[in-house]
Amino acid sequence: MKIPILRLERILLVSIQVDLTDNDAMQFQSDLVEQVAEIEALGVAIDITALDVVDSYMARVINDTASMVRLLGAESVICGVQPFVALTLVEMGRDLLGADCAFNLGQGLEILRTRIATRGDTRLSEDENV
Amino acid sequence: MTSASFQPQQRPHHIDVAVNAEADIQAACRAARQLAETLEFSRTAAYHIATAASELAANLLFHGGGGWLHAHALFDPQTQEVLGLEVLALDHGPGIADIALALTEGYSTGKGLGCGLPGVKRLMDEFMIESTVGDGTCVKAIKWR
Ligand SMILES: Nc1ncnc2c1ncn2[C@@H]1O[C@H](COP(=O)(O)OP(=O)(O)OP(=O)(O)O)[C@@H](O)[C@H]1O
Ligand SMILES: [Mg+2]
Repeated sequence: MKIPILRLERILLVSIQVDLTDNDAMQFQSDLVEQVAEIEALGVAIDITALDVVDSYMARVINDTASMVRLLGAESVICGVQPFVALTLVEMGRDLLGADCAFNLGQGLEILRTRIATRGDTRLSEDENV
Repeated sequence: MTSASFQPQQRPHHIDVAVNAEADIQAACRAARQLAETLEFSRTAAYHIATAASELAANLLFHGGGGWLHAHALFDPQTQEVLGLEVLALDHGPGIADIALALTEGYSTGKGLGCGLPGVKRLMDEFMIESTVGDGTCVKAIKWR
């Protein structure tokens, strides 16, 4: 199973799927890292709408992905946390998802854009003006 | 045989899932959730049970060398009312030498976050581990309805 990486200007969008095995996760993370470097992405939105159960394994995959992205100098945000996932995560361990979360993709993109803007990086707005 | 051949009232009140591959973790998780829903647990409780089952199944595979995830309803013997759901994870793996340590938040002998077992303990109402080094592990957890 391959996870598609969508591009929206300088922002990348990935949707984590339920049947992600350890090998898939490694493959997907290396694909993503490559893409981030290639397009000099400013932000990555990690969408977990498809996950209705986030166990500690999935939490690790999500967190690792978010921190990899940050190591490359891009912003990251987790979006699409389902209400019952949120309820369960709070019960399991408050800080299981380390990165910033947003309810949906729109909100996630907004957070990314605001953060990119505060960083004083103008590359995104330049792109938009083309 | 598919589950579609069951009438709703004939759906089983127990599940047994062999966990020997990564795909079995999801199967165990899904089966546990379905059982919780069949037993009319609240949605929140069903998610808690499903997540706990997923953690225990992952431990069976990654630490226990494979095993069984079993879950069943606990009935009141008089009224036949469903009192709760018990989940059992059984393996004949290496066992756990120091159970208190294994239950410590952040402790992992693998590459995990080490929040699986402490997470299950918080998600469920009762929690117990029996383990013999060299013989295997049995984790038991109950959610009351
Ligand atoms: N069935 C088992 N057999 C042998 N050892 C186990 C078993 N289950 C858990 N352990 C031991 O207990 C430790 C803690 O388990 P726990 O599920 O909390 O964390 P983890 O599996 O290492 O990481 P995570 O669950 O966060 O991905 C494990 O690292 C392992 O050493
Ligand atoms: Mg675990």
